[in-house]
Amino acid sequence: MAKTEGRIFGINGPVVKVKGSDAFEMQEMVYVGNEELVGEVISITSDTTIVQVYEETTGLKLDEPVVGTGAPLSITLAPGILSDIFDGIERPLRDIRKASGAFIDRGIKVTALDENKKWNVTIKANVGDAVCGGDIIAETPETKLITHKIMIPPNLRGTISWVAKDGEYTINDVIAKINTDNGELPLTMKQQWPIKQARPYSERQAIKKPLITGQRIVDTMFPLAKGGAAAIPGGFGTGKTMTQHQLAKWCDADIIVYIGCGERGNEMTQVLDEFSELIDPKSQRPLLDRTVLIANTSNMPVAAREASIYTGVTLAEYYRDMGYDVALMADSTSRWAEALREISGRLEEMPAEEGFPAYLASRLSQFYERAGYVTNLNGTEGSVSIIGAVSPQGGDFSEPVTQNTKRFIRCFWALDKSLAYARHYPAIQWLTSYSEYIDDLTPWYNANVAPDFMDKRNRAMAILQEESSLMEIVKLIGADVLPDGQKATLEVAKAIRVGFLQQNAFHADDTYVPLEKQNRMLDIIMLLDDRMKELVSRGIVFSKVTETGILDDIIRIKYTIGNENIEAPFKEFEHKINDTFDALLAQHNEGGIS
Amino acid sequence: MAIEYLGLSNIEGPLAVIDGVQGASYEEMVTMTLDDGTKRIGRIIEILGDRAVIQLFQGTGSLSLTNTKTRLMGEPMRIALSKEMLGRTLDGVGNPIDGLGEYFADEVRDVNGQPINPISREYPNNFIQTGISSIDCLTTLIRGQKLPIFSGDGLPHDTLAMQIARQAKVVDEGSDGSNFAIVFAAMGVKHDVANYFKRSFEESGVLGNVVMFLNLSNDPVVERFITPRCALTTAEYLAFKHDMHVLVILTDMTAYAEALREISSSKGEIPSRKGFPGYLYSDLASLYERAGIVKDAKGSVTQIPILSMPNDDITHPVPDLTGYITEGQIVLGRELNLKGVYPPVSILPSLSRLMKDGIGEGYTRPDHPELSNQLFASYSKVEDAKSLASVIGEDELSDIDKKYIAFGKAFDAQFLTQSREENRSIEQTLDLGWKLLGMLPKSELDRVSDQTLEKYYKPMEE
Repeated sequence: MAKTEGRIFGINGPVVKVKGSDAFEMQEMVYVGNEELVGEVISITSDTTIVQVYEETTGLKLDEPVVGTGAPLSITLAPGILSDIFDGIERPLRDIRKASGAFIDRGIKVTALDENKKWNVTIKANVGDAVCGGDIIAETPETKLITHKIMIPPNLRGTISWVAKDGEYTINDVIAKINTDNGELPLTMKQQWPIKQARPYSERQAIKKPLITGQRIVDTMFPLAKGGAAAIPGGFGTGKTMTQHQLAKWCDADIIVYIGCGERGNEMTQVLDEFSELIDPKSQRPLLDRTVLIANTSNMPVAAREASIYTGVTLAEYYRDMGYDVALMADSTSRWAEALREISGRLEEMPAEEGFPAYLASRLSQFYERAGYVTNLNGTEGSVSIIGAVSPQGGDFSEPVTQNTKRFIRCFWALDKSLAYARHYPAIQWLTSYSEYIDDLTPWYNANVAPDFMDKRNRAMAILQEESSLMEIVKLIGADVLPDGQKATLEVAKAIRVGFLQQNAFHADDTYVPLEKQNRMLDIIMLLDDRMKELVSRGIVFSKVTETGILDDIIRIKYTIGNENIEAPFKEFEHKINDTFDALLAQHNEGGIS
Repeated sequence: MAIEYLGLSNIEGPLAVIDGVQGASYEEMVTMTLDDGTKRIGRIIEILGDRAVIQLFQGTGSLSLTNTKTRLMGEPMRIALSKEMLGRTLDGVGNPIDGLGEYFADEVRDVNGQPINPISREYPNNFIQTGISSIDCLTTLIRGQKLPIFSGDGLPHDTLAMQIARQAKVVDEGSDGSNFAIVFAAMGVKHDVANYFKRSFEESGVLGNVVMFLNLSNDPVVERFITPRCALTTAEYLAFKHDMHVLVILTDMTAYAEALREISSSKGEIPSRKGFPGYLYSDLASLYERAGIVKDAKGSVTQIPILSMPNDDITHPVPDLTGYITEGQIVLGRELNLKGVYPPVSILPSLSRLMKDGIGEGYTRPDHPELSNQLFASYSKVEDAKSLASVIGEDELSDIDKKYIAFGKAFDAQFLTQSREENRSIEQTLDLGWKLLGMLPKSELDRVSDQTLEKYYKPMEE
């Protein structure tokens, strides 16, 4: 097939107008100019084709050639993805560094994955097997942690006519052959997939399991389900990135896809450094073994920022197809929306709200709907969970990206400036956040953690709610004039806020807290609430409790009781609370205090 | 090939349009010679067929459709670089204006620079001691960081930036100052301000290590677009080729963003918030992200951009987008300034994102992270107590709230306030922090571990 070729006619930032051919296809990947910059066709009129270029266009000249590839922008899927770091269109940054040093040159040609590395492949398929898309024909240990399963590309079906022996192969070696309706085809470990198209699955399943993160406010208060979608909106400095990092480190997904979309370069370096050093407690392997990073920092080309989100979610779906639970972190989706706005502006499209294009909502929904808990084509179950950070302008949640995102996610972790100012981290505001997954997940929690877990959670939320209405009064007249019962509620709420919700990411134990401990901590707070109410009903002045120091001790249990063998120390602590309160009651009965 | 194009087709604001151009490349530089022999330089910002839109750095004043000859330079905007630039003063596009003549160029580079590959970055964790308590303890500056000062008209941001530039040093290195340089870029600032910086550099004896780029408030607006790029290209050259530790002061970023808005609106682009172009974020990022340390070189680029918040509004697009890109911010408060607190650092909205990895054991002192956390938490309670006091009066406050009010006053007067010459060591700063926390009862200190309390906390005698 002859290649489509046109000539550059106009240039405006990343948008290039092309004349001279009407054979370009929408979303086709093209090479622009003599330097062969990567681009994508985004609009076609009768005489002009518009291309967005994924690299800086400085220095492009009029009349330079634009060559079509005949295929949509696709990425390579094969072993070698994990523990690597790519740019927005799957070019490995390590190889770019080898080619151009500390700074990124334009028009660098590098292959996405290492084509020389030999993988130790075990063949699973036999000659004569009838196979269809998604079926696993071989596997290889991609990292010490993850076995990479080589699957038949989704659109292929037929009969295996030849298989290689177990052994060492590169991703370009033929490991099997398949007889299809169109004749015999060779299969390698590599497949291509267009990034803007969701990979097929057999059936979507109902949500049933939580994504456990070890973060108390998430797991207990606003849980995210495996296969769910969540958003973390927050102004700058409220800890979006920090929260994303914590989730990426500790959540119980098998694979993490971390997309740095239009954010800081140093943050990607930090993830890379930290994840190489941090050891996964279960496998004793570095966390990087299960992680793939996509870095398109804020100063890298804006069009590639738009692509980075799709590249990330395509990688996530590929691992889901193997039967893994994948968590995808996108930091930040606002930068992606801004990339859409920038390109839309250069195309002189009619803007909707705040200059964003009218298709913002549909693009967001296309992205978030790629999350899900599914039965794959090969019968395994896997999930993609999406956690998107949102950076609202001026910290104002009424702006278009936050509002449109809210329509497509079911879990909303609202970060709050005043909490962040008081260094209450994670600064997730409990009154404005919500999780619609609670009802779906209640059976799981009650069966796997404690039968009354969700009741306790709801009771804690009710106390926080009451505190917030009491604080309205306190702000006007001070806490001293409140009746004792309400003062007691404020103290219990403080224990929840400071002792439970606030979590120290830099503390060895507190950075990740298992569900059992979260449950027992809730027990302690419920016990405190019960005993406080009892005391108040007997008319005991509540300041006596403060004097015992028991409240401070409760706030410190997150540090004083470790994560292992928790039952004995918690029992002991419950005794201590009961003893303290019993002593106060006894004193009261003897008339010692009034 | 040196084709000259006669005349123009269109002039609007700082933009001129030429038709019939051949072989133009995007962002290529052009020189325009007027009939009276004066020259102007410009940059091609859009190409459509044989029509090129040119942005002129010195404006379009006195241009007509017929009195110009335009020549394409065949390359993007570049700047000549040399170590001889140290001690020199240049205009906004890099021409010497101190009367000392041209300098010998060692290398010529594209001012747009290239993005640093994230995997080539070295994660910054070298604590810079500025001698200013509020910054050292609470919003620690790290070498290779970009930490802006958010200020307002009439606040002493220039004095503060100058004090930081004068006192900044890395404690654990025998810093003799020989590999330390300052690149100063003024964008749309007043003559007095530029002079203040120049005089202060001179007085402190560092002028020989300073490169100054000046685009003053009455200089061409469009030139402002290039000034920070020249400054950062120079900084990268000094840092990554000559292994110097470069501190870049950019002032005032708001004026820069306004220049961008002016160019954008004369191009007829669709505006987003407050008329700023939709790509303001990407554009600011292309400047701020040029701070950092790379693995292949010994030097570093640390940025302190200064920006004035119009009407003290931190949600204005310029401070807002800046905060999303930079690694924290130092916010100056008008109320503190009125109370006579210098430096008037409003600590609650201030933040340093990189401090967590550059303080504590092995960097400053083991108690530093917990102490700063506790000071933030306690100071935010002072604010709560103050707002309550404004409703019910200070006398009616509970005992504990009264203690917070007293703590807040002492904190402003002793911790935040220091003289313009005072250079406190990190030990002095941390000890002072603990002394002030002594005003609060032990039970209020919930961000500090028992061991740390044991070691450092001493209740203040009444």
